[in-house]
Amino acid sequence: MTLHLPILILLVLFSGALFIPILSKLGTRTPWIIAVASSLLAFCLCLFLLFEVLEVGVIHYALGGWAPPIGIELVADRLSVFVSLVILGVSTLVLAHSRPSVERDNGENQVGYYTTALLAVGGFVGIISTGDLFNLYVFLEISSLASYALIGSSGKRSAVAAFRYLILGTIGASFYLLGLGFVFINTGSLNMADVAAILSEQGLDPVILIGAVLMVIGMGLKMALLPLHLWLPDAYTFAPAASSSLIAPIGTKVAAYVLIRLILGVFPTEMLTAELPLLDILGVLGAAGIIWGSVMAIPQRNIKRMLAYSSVAQIGYIALGIGLGTTFGLIGAVLHILNHACMKACLFLVSSNLETRGKGVEIEGLDASMRRDMPWSSAAFAVAAISMIGLPPTAGFFSKWYLLLGSFQEDRFIFVGVILISSLLNAVYFFRILERMYLGNPGPKGEVTASSGASGFLLVFSPVVLGLGLVLLGLGNAFIVTHLLNPMMPIAP
Amino acid sequence: MNAAITTQSVLPWLAVAASLAVVPAILLCDKRPNFREFWTFAAAFLKFGIVLSLVPGALRGETVEWTLFSLVPGVSFTLSADPLGVFFALVASGLWIVTSVYSIGYMRGHAEKKQTRFFASFAVSLGSTIGIAFAGNLLTFLVFYELLTLATYPLVIHKESKEAIRSGRMYLAYALTAGLCFLSATVWIYFRTGSIEFEAGGMLVDGSFSGGELKALFLLLMIGVGVKSGIMPLHSWLPAAMVAPTPVSALLHAVAVVKSGVFGLIRVTGFVFGPDLMREYGLDIALACFAAATVLFASVIAMRQDNLKRRLAYSTVGHLSYIAIGTALIAPSALQGGLMHLSAHALMKITLFFCAGAIYVHAHKTEISQLDGLGRTMPWTFGAFAVASLGLAGIPPLSGFLSKWWLAVGSVEAGREWALGIFLLSGLLNAGYFFPIVIRAFFRPPPPENGNEGHHSPLGEASPWMVVPLCLTALLAVIFGVFPDYPLPFFDLAYNIARDVFAGSESLMSTLP
Repeated sequence: MTLHLPILILLVLFSGALFIPILSKLGTRTPWIIAVASSLLAFCLCLFLLFEVLEVGVIHYALGGWAPPIGIELVADRLSVFVSLVILGVSTLVLAHSRPSVERDNGENQVGYYTTALLAVGGFVGIISTGDLFNLYVFLEISSLASYALIGSSGKRSAVAAFRYLILGTIGASFYLLGLGFVFINTGSLNMADVAAILSEQGLDPVILIGAVLMVIGMGLKMALLPLHLWLPDAYTFAPAASSSLIAPIGTKVAAYVLIRLILGVFPTEMLTAELPLLDILGVLGAAGIIWGSVMAIPQRNIKRMLAYSSVAQIGYIALGIGLGTTFGLIGAVLHILNHACMKACLFLVSSNLETRGKGVEIEGLDASMRRDMPWSSAAFAVAAISMIGLPPTAGFFSKWYLLLGSFQEDRFIFVGVILISSLLNAVYFFRILERMYLGNPGPKGEVTASSGASGFLLVFSPVVLGLGLVLLGLGNAFIVTHLLNPMMPIAP
Repeated sequence: MNAAITTQSVLPWLAVAASLAVVPAILLCDKRPNFREFWTFAAAFLKFGIVLSLVPGALRGETVEWTLFSLVPGVSFTLSADPLGVFFALVASGLWIVTSVYSIGYMRGHAEKKQTRFFASFAVSLGSTIGIAFAGNLLTFLVFYELLTLATYPLVIHKESKEAIRSGRMYLAYALTAGLCFLSATVWIYFRTGSIEFEAGGMLVDGSFSGGELKALFLLLMIGVGVKSGIMPLHSWLPAAMVAPTPVSALLHAVAVVKSGVFGLIRVTGFVFGPDLMREYGLDIALACFAAATVLFASVIAMRQDNLKRRLAYSTVGHLSYIAIGTALIAPSALQGGLMHLSAHALMKITLFFCAGAIYVHAHKTEISQLDGLGRTMPWTFGAFAVASLGLAGIPPLSGFLSKWWLAVGSVEAGREWALGIFLLSGLLNAGYFFPIVIRAFFRPPPPENGNEGHHSPLGEASPWMVVPLCLTALLAVIFGVFPDYPLPFFDLAYNIARDVFAGSESLMSTLP
């Protein structure tokens, strides 16, 4: 059975999506139960797969028994399984948390949300686990279409934002496809490992270079790398709470992962950088994104919009790490994929709780009553904010550590400055909220506006787990880096 | 250099954990103040006991070390209680007990709000301070250093007035910037040398940095520790932070926080760069110039303050730079004097802040011009104030005299006699801004309208919860001036530390008695 694990994970997710409409008549909560259960099951299988990979090394799974490079293969190595695990863990927590806010937004009809959510997660995991460049495009489209639907499902403004995302996302996917076409013409293969082998033998010609650039631009658009980030703020702001908390932590990270794979696994890195300053450009754009996103986050009045701009900045961290091209930079980038997924999920879940509790997501409207009515959510928010600022011992501090190490390794002192300044900017916009939450007197306890009991537990469970996780990830990062990240780095440390 | 003996024991971690572990208990006892304060005392005594148990080893030059796990690959989360760490931990944890007694008197006497948050943050701050004292490498140091910033923020903004919030923001801006500079320097050192363990005599001896880079590195680290140690021009947050309740100003802004900064300064100069590098690249002169300027300017500015706490704050800024000069002179006696000033100033400045708080709570006076004749109604408070002022001005037989003596000896030893002039001038300035307060309180008649207008006219002393601690610290300041080794061996510890730091520099060692 262990041999079939890579496909089983995908099957669980996609068949979950299939069963939701069929079984939805059993009760209004059935879709939620199925979605959480399949996501959790996939998570457990993925964990199992991780142990398997740690033991036996890379697992190649040929779909339908057709051997690669003709057939499609799924590749489970440390990097891909690790990122899948992050995505499945976060999505399980987010889906578990989503019930009250989906009930609020969608009423009785929750089939749509949970079906598309599972499709999106399945698409994301597919992108990560595939070893085939065209198959990656297929999964990309599955996840993207599901994301457009998720984002556009709450009224006019979200529909407009989703439409904009659809246009730009489709352009991005098309760029990728076009680039892939160039690569295919020249190599005759779509399998990543095969393409890499062919390329390192025959070298890079202009056609391949154009293909590489097009693919990178496409992924840059998907991951909202400055200046291709324009779709992101609106999409995250106007999307329903349950959708933005699912898409924001993992959507852009998947594109970042593809970028890592393309630059380091498919195109021979040294030949590529000798011909094109692609990595340098990525790094500079990342640095610019860090500053731009952080500065833009400061004046925002809506928490979700502020978090969206902060996402642009955090994507910048990842791009900067990739752009450094060194082991430390990559470790920083991959670790930040994990850390930022947890932080952003936590922050968006709390903002969703604010909506559920009827407090709204306008920063002006926040006051000490938040601390009184939702102490656990406030605490989780505070921990995530501290991690975003990057203070020890939370996870965010340690991504900064590796990124700084990478910057010193490459003598990029400007990047050092950028990372430091952005921490201060993060402090500015997060302490603005923390001050509102923790200062002043909440006054006498008013009537509790929203449901308590079981759904109250649901509201705080995921943010608190994520908040605790941030501290544990921070303290345990040495373990993750030595046992998972270091061995999987394409460049020897 | 003889290899120092290192024993493995979890004691340093217990000392840190003692105050962190009671935080949940303090929070849970929100509604039962007596029970809540019990936890604070339990932690304070436990912590002090643990630190005391480390003293005999430290006197023998031993280091007690324990590693929890790796923070990042290659850097472990290590606490290592070497003599210098024990010295600082002893000061901080001992004064925490006294301050806890005082805090109860102050917070209840003044009916402050949110006392639970106050005591919880206080416990975290002290835990981090001990963590700073025992940190075995730069990264562990930084972890606790940032934790201290976070934990003291709620204390600075305690009043939640506009002014308090503004001060809190200023504090964060300064402290976070400092932390980031420190972080980048740490990463840089780690990347170049692969090791960031503190080592007496300096860790950067193998020449992996060029001269220019060393200077940049020194600048980054100095900004990192200079903010908390209030070296001009990085000091402005400290007077602003005086808006915090007085026990906070007393323990944190005279002992724990600012001394963490100065302690970091000693770590950086003595355990990262080391005397030889400091001398070779002129880093000592740069630091000494800034510190000397700070001593003089701060004293002059202090004279112009009418608000008592602000005057004390500027005086703190000045005295912190005494210690900075002591480390910058690169002479064993000067370092020893600086260390002794660390404990002496802690005792005396905490006394002064305690007095300021007692005056504020009991007589509702914050400005020096309002203090006329108050010494007659509050003799013990102002008596203690007078003792501490004399000590800070460096009058024998108080502990401030001893530390200044060794600083002066050190400046001659180092061949920098101008520092001697700074110390003398600053002693005069100290007298200039402290004695008028004492004279005013004891010898001026009380303002006549005080009784007529129906003002709250104070009779007698403040609550014994406040007066006993402040008399105790004043008494200790005298005792340590006469017997520098009893009841706690600060003198011997300081001597041992100076010997260890300079053990590698033969030329400088010869001057040590």
